[in-house]
Amino acid sequence: MSYISKPKVAHPGIPRNKLGLTVRDYEGVISTLCAGCGHDSVTAAIVQAVFELNVEPHMLAKMSGIGCSSKTPAYFVSQSHGFNSVHGRMPSVTTGANAANRTLTYIGVSGDGDSLSIGAGQFVHAIRRNLNMCYIIENNGVYGLTKGQFSASADIGSKPKKGLPNQQEPIDPVSTALSLGATYIARSFSGDKEQLVPLIQGALSHDGFALVDVISPCVTFNDHEGSTKSYAHTREFYHHVVDADYIPPAEEIKTQYDKGAAMPVELHDGSKIILRKIDDEYDPTSRAAAFKYLRERFNAGEIITGLLYIDDSRKEMHDLMGNIDTPLAQYPLEKLHPGSDELKKILSRYR
Amino acid sequence: MGSVNDLVIKIATVNGTGSASANGLLMKSIFRMGIPVVGKNYFPSNIQGLPTWYEIRVTGDGYQARADRVDLMIAMNAQTYARDLADVAPGGWLIYDSTWPRSNLLDRDDVTVLGIPLSKMCNENFDGARARILMKNIAYVGAVAALLEIDLDTITTLLEETFASKPHLVDSNMKAIRLGHDYATENFVCPLPKKVAPLDKTKGHIVIDGNTAAGLGCMFAGATVGAWYPITPSTSLMDAFRSFCQKYREDEETGKRTYCIIQAEDELAAIGMVLGATWNGARAFTPTSGPGISLMSEFIGFAYYAELPAVIFNVQRCGPSTGMPTRTQQSDILSCAYASHGDTRHVLLFPNDPGECFTMAQQAFDLAERLQTPVMMLSDLDIGMNDWMVPDFEIDESKAPDRGKVLGAEELEEMEKFYRYLDVDGDGIPYRTLPGTHPKGSYFTRGSGHTKYGGYTEDADEYQEVVDRLLVKWETARSLVPEPEIRYSKFNKAAILTVGGSDGACKEALDRLEAENVALNYCRVRAFPFSDAVREFIDQHDVVYVVEQNRDAQLRTLLMLDSEADPAKLVALLHYNGMPLNAGFVVKRVLEERAKGQAA
Repeated sequence: MSYISKPKVAHPGIPRNKLGLTVRDYEGVISTLCAGCGHDSVTAAIVQAVFELNVEPHMLAKMSGIGCSSKTPAYFVSQSHGFNSVHGRMPSVTTGANAANRTLTYIGVSGDGDSLSIGAGQFVHAIRRNLNMCYIIENNGVYGLTKGQFSASADIGSKPKKGLPNQQEPIDPVSTALSLGATYIARSFSGDKEQLVPLIQGALSHDGFALVDVISPCVTFNDHEGSTKSYAHTREFYHHVVDADYIPPAEEIKTQYDKGAAMPVELHDGSKIILRKIDDEYDPTSRAAAFKYLRERFNAGEIITGLLYIDDSRKEMHDLMGNIDTPLAQYPLEKLHPGSDELKKILSRYR
Repeated sequence: MGSVNDLVIKIATVNGTGSASANGLLMKSIFRMGIPVVGKNYFPSNIQGLPTWYEIRVTGDGYQARADRVDLMIAMNAQTYARDLADVAPGGWLIYDSTWPRSNLLDRDDVTVLGIPLSKMCNENFDGARARILMKNIAYVGAVAALLEIDLDTITTLLEETFASKPHLVDSNMKAIRLGHDYATENFVCPLPKKVAPLDKTKGHIVIDGNTAAGLGCMFAGATVGAWYPITPSTSLMDAFRSFCQKYREDEETGKRTYCIIQAEDELAAIGMVLGATWNGARAFTPTSGPGISLMSEFIGFAYYAELPAVIFNVQRCGPSTGMPTRTQQSDILSCAYASHGDTRHVLLFPNDPGECFTMAQQAFDLAERLQTPVMMLSDLDIGMNDWMVPDFEIDESKAPDRGKVLGAEELEEMEKFYRYLDVDGDGIPYRTLPGTHPKGSYFTRGSGHTKYGGYTEDADEYQEVVDRLLVKWETARSLVPEPEIRYSKFNKAAILTVGGSDGACKEALDRLEAENVALNYCRVRAFPFSDAVREFIDQHDVVYVVEQNRDAQLRTLLMLDSEADPAKLVALLHYNGMPLNAGFVVKRVLEERAKGQAA
């Protein structure tokens, strides 16, 4: 992680959002990842997404575990609190943070090792609770910091830089999330910012668990010929099946959409997502259909991207429990205990 | 030999047969007569069908520990009959269900065996298999009431309170009580020479277990987030917190919950949730036991280094590994004191009974927030799950909770720049900010090397500066944690030093030793780091018997490490078979060690 601050110099004519902030205000310290790393593109997409969403920096919480991906929260929105936890445990920390203060916007950045190996247990249980967060997996199929071992998302036959091709079934975060009942599931590519930014915006606005799996190539350990997570391979085999446009609350839909292909979904905060189906056969509101389609395309070697599944009707964690809207951490302590007289009544049960 | 208000009743049953309510009724009725009681449950790690025992010590002197004898055995489990008979002290009594024949070979000359046809009586008087089994338990309570002269009106009142909403159950239970009572009165000489008689020693006292007390303490401390993974013997702590919250934690206006309890996927997640919650400013806790601490260790080290509050209740059980989950020990002292890799050390609180579970639960939150570090309360199965008679709990409403050094929006607005890990006040405790307060308060919480400004570092000096400052904080902790309990008898150079739930047995042992002209001073440590008073106490004595419930003398080791006590004068008296410590063991071991000392 870098400790070199970026100089905050901005052109006077640079656009400002509704809070009067420029995109530079949403940047972090200078990245120390390898030049060309997909993760830096994802960071840039996050910066653009939260800038356009007019997120107040101090109301954003940046959560991560360990690994290259987990370093990135230092590289965006310096004025937000960050929590770089331990390996594979970002979901539990975010669960507790959200339990204490449900009014913050939570963005978790994880990797395929962090979420699908050491943290697989926490990943699946955060989905099960429908924890209200945007969960980004920067998926490159390898461990970078420990120099190029396969991760659990490596495809069968994918070749490493040294050694033998992978023979084990990959764990696909998208179909895993589908089977567990995640309520917003997207996949994209770090090299496709146009697709990625609205997907992140939708994920941040969605009331519940939102997964954005981003193929984010590792230029140092997994970008060679024979790798299925390289820039070249991804560009060749990836397909948009359903794209999403994010429309902020109270803003009108300006673009003209073809009837039939466009499908608006209203989110809890009043914003809308317009789903644009590239493949007419695809139904992003049916778990079963999505699963079948994804599996078939996967078997054909294709990488399917877009907003692959959405269900905005299910309650998120707090609402499932019937918890108060006020952040529990801010609820006055004196109202949290019933006082001496009531203590006496309680004790009378133990005589 | 006859005596009043000094006897031990032990009930041997099979788990899953509903004997708990009958045993509770028996103990509570003696308590209601004003006589101090101690209740111990010895149960298997099993749901149904294995032997289980409940022991009620009637102690007019008000001792808190398990006794080391049984006067009246109620042998309801044929499977353990021989062993139960062998347990009875010479001159004692044994009740058994005489519905079925029993081998005379099992008789003992020095034990009076009293047969009561409990099954037969209940089969004739009650319908349904479940009712017959349950009422058989209630019937032995009736018989014991006759044999010991327990007041029947008190039993009636208790049943009326218990079944206030189901009055018909009062009648059927009283019928069973009378069946047992009448049979005993007609067939045996009642009362027995050992019996109970009304006293006035229970006023202002309650009978409660430590987990319920700690759960209540969490509610009164204003805890809002509880994360946990079920594990014996800590589970009932969260159960208690939940039930108190259901009653007292609904927002008046909206009717919604002002608490959030999350059953985590494992202990790693449970502690992760606690840290996320305290990072955001909530009072959060997790109850667990030894195996859970092992799993939480990585995060505990993170919290130490990133300086996040956390309250962890470790209701200790018998280790190592799975060990004996339903037996007690004090064997996690070292693993908690230094949990996690690297240089770490943690504040520990050691309650001696449910009363301190209630107060220390609240103190734990204050200390964790003041010191910005994990605080672990080390209870044990004996304290947590057994029934203890303790003085009524009290709270001081004039004393505001200590939320520690947290900067608000106004303070941040006025500051030029906020740095997370600066020792502004010289006590080693930096200021912290909560997310969502103010853009100036933002910082990056990390377990990787950081500077006093909160930035990432791999620089030797910058790294060392922060870990050295943590030692300053440790000394501040030493001045804030609860002081030891110290008692001086008369001038002498020998003492007992102990911890937590070993307190009751040690205090009883002090009385017994004094009766044999062995006067010892006494120190019970209540927290780690040890305050200066602990070091001074050890310095004042030539020999200190360190009594604890583990094999490896963990408390003694910790005393040597943290207070530089002279190992030569610390004599370890170790009890670690899983049964709660009793006074007899302490007396025997002290006398043995003294004899050795005199011989040498």
